[in-house]
Amino acid sequence: MSTAETIREKASVRTAWYLSAPALIVLTFAACGPLLIMLVYSFLAPGQYGNVEWAFSLKGWQSILLSEDIFDPGVYLWADAHLSIFWRSVKLSVLTTLLTLAIGFPTAWFIATRPPKSRPLWLFLITIPFWTNLLIRTVAIFDVIRNEGVVNTLLLSAGVISAPLQITYTDTAVFIGMAYVYLPLMVLPLFAAIDRFDMRLIEAAYDLYASRMAVLRRVILPIVRPGIIAGSILVFVPSLGAVVTPRILGGGKNMMIGNFIELQFGQGRNWPLGAALSMTLLVIVTAALLIYVRAANKESAHG
Amino acid sequence: MTDSAIEARNVVKAFGQGGAAVRALDDVSVQIRKGEFFTLLGPSGCGKTTLLRLIAGFEMPTDGTILLDGADITYLPPNKRPVNTVFQSYALFPHLTVAQNIGFGLQMLGRPAAEVRARTDAMLALVQLEAMAGRKTSQLSGGQQQRVALARALAPQPKVLLLDEPLSALDYKLRKDMQIELKRLQLETGITFVFVTHDQEEALTMSDRVGVMSAGKLQQVGTPREIYTAPRNRFVASFIGETNFLPAVHVPGGVRIGCGAVIEVLGVAGAGATTLTIRPEQVRISDLGAAGAIAAQVTNLVYFGTDTHCYLSLADGAQVIARLQSPSNGEVGLTQGQQVGLHFVPGAAQVLAD
Repeated sequence: MSTAETIREKASVRTAWYLSAPALIVLTFAACGPLLIMLVYSFLAPGQYGNVEWAFSLKGWQSILLSEDIFDPGVYLWADAHLSIFWRSVKLSVLTTLLTLAIGFPTAWFIATRPPKSRPLWLFLITIPFWTNLLIRTVAIFDVIRNEGVVNTLLLSAGVISAPLQITYTDTAVFIGMAYVYLPLMVLPLFAAIDRFDMRLIEAAYDLYASRMAVLRRVILPIVRPGIIAGSILVFVPSLGAVVTPRILGGGKNMMIGNFIELQFGQGRNWPLGAALSMTLLVIVTAALLIYVRAANKESAHG
Repeated sequence: MTDSAIEARNVVKAFGQGGAAVRALDDVSVQIRKGEFFTLLGPSGCGKTTLLRLIAGFEMPTDGTILLDGADITYLPPNKRPVNTVFQSYALFPHLTVAQNIGFGLQMLGRPAAEVRARTDAMLALVQLEAMAGRKTSQLSGGQQQRVALARALAPQPKVLLLDEPLSALDYKLRKDMQIELKRLQLETGITFVFVTHDQEEALTMSDRVGVMSAGKLQQVGTPREIYTAPRNRFVASFIGETNFLPAVHVPGGVRIGCGAVIEVLGVAGAGATTLTIRPEQVRISDLGAAGAIAAQVTNLVYFGTDTHCYLSLADGAQVIARLQSPSNGEVGLTQGQQVGLHFVPGAAQVLAD
């Protein structure tokens, strides 16, 4: 490459930076600002009526895992309640991701194999739930699964069960609710990946002695993997931080991290703990994604 | 035992339902012999690809039977048939390397890793792609992808290899090379090839036998020579090569064409109107008034390099094209408007059944 060209290229790179600077500045403040505030707050002492006192303290971080014995100050015990909330959050989010994948994959496949003319209609139907407020959708699900709801009424009248199933206010309710709410987020990226998939490859694999299962495992899944990864991330991340769905469907007892954080900034009046929990959630999400993406890529490298 | 690798018996394939059903294949019966290079030739939409897909197992016939080595495979799924396909679009797996693509079939058959590797190496050598083994297929040229598709389909040593217009995406020069390559592979492996094409030149140069298809029916099956020199009907005569058609009526010993000349055609007896066909290269031009010559006028001359096409008009206005070999100086010694005599090479003219 000649020097003149190099100079011109450098100049165009510089221009690009200048042009995107305003957006980058806004983004930096909007994304990093709140995070920085949370990070600072997590190292301060809680104020008596919420807020924080400007004194350095590790109490916030400490109380994520340990709680001080109320009768015996200075003695620390494992904070079982906190750990069970973390465990429930991760467990329900993983289950939600798996269920949406199991339902979303056939759905996306169905849409992608429709004639091109009717595809937009199916996609439109998938996005309809987004038109309604999350709260209303969750309440609707509540109405379906409550003791006097549609599911229980039908099962009772069909004689399958003799007493209503207690679904609401359980982990199962939260799981069902989240799977319902986040399903479109799984279907759309899966559709995008499957839509690009060359269906003729199925015939090619089938012709080369692959069974139906082998066609799915050895050809379809590896090729649409980017869509599976994208969909899983889009479902897993908001599931882990979900607030509304666990509050309504899980009741007060079946808290997830999101509810627990919210509690610290509200009635709990422990902003440093809430801030520390938020940072912990961020770390868990990042770690989970890194592990997941790396594992997925490793598998595809082995073919 | 039977000596046909593939046999189709009264195969019918209809698409659609009831009255709107279209018969892509209409009562097709054909025997493809072991180790032969068989070509299904016809215009697009004639049903040749449908027949291939039925043999591969991607579609089931509406009626009829398909046999492989004498065994009924009509309803066997593709993965249970020892038949492999080279697809028009190649359909190479984009997430696998060249070597992984070639080894795929053997892997699916559960062959030991060592055998898969050895066979893949052998196939890579056969199609001269050893250097590309580790590449992704998207990094290859069209011709190379074509060879990978061939190697992939040949690796499991199928009893029959199906090729669905595999050369149509290649440019002219590459297509010529691949035609020779395909023929070489077929001779080296001894595998029965069933090749689908709409290119008559491809069909004539590569095949042991050709099946000409039109409108869902097999019009004629024969060696390239038979198909070219003795077409059974008007469709076959016009689809393969260029030809002249002249309306004629049966007379004892031959047929009489419109201008009154009687053309001797051996072994044909009949009555009433028929059609005479003669290939342009079987038409000779002599001086007007030479013995047995039909009077004609040169209406046009078109130079094609190796030969020159001479357009002639007979006394009754019928048009005949004569293909003359161009002399070294390119001048055939004729001028437009010239009156000449015209001969048909004895035995070359054919009377068509319909």
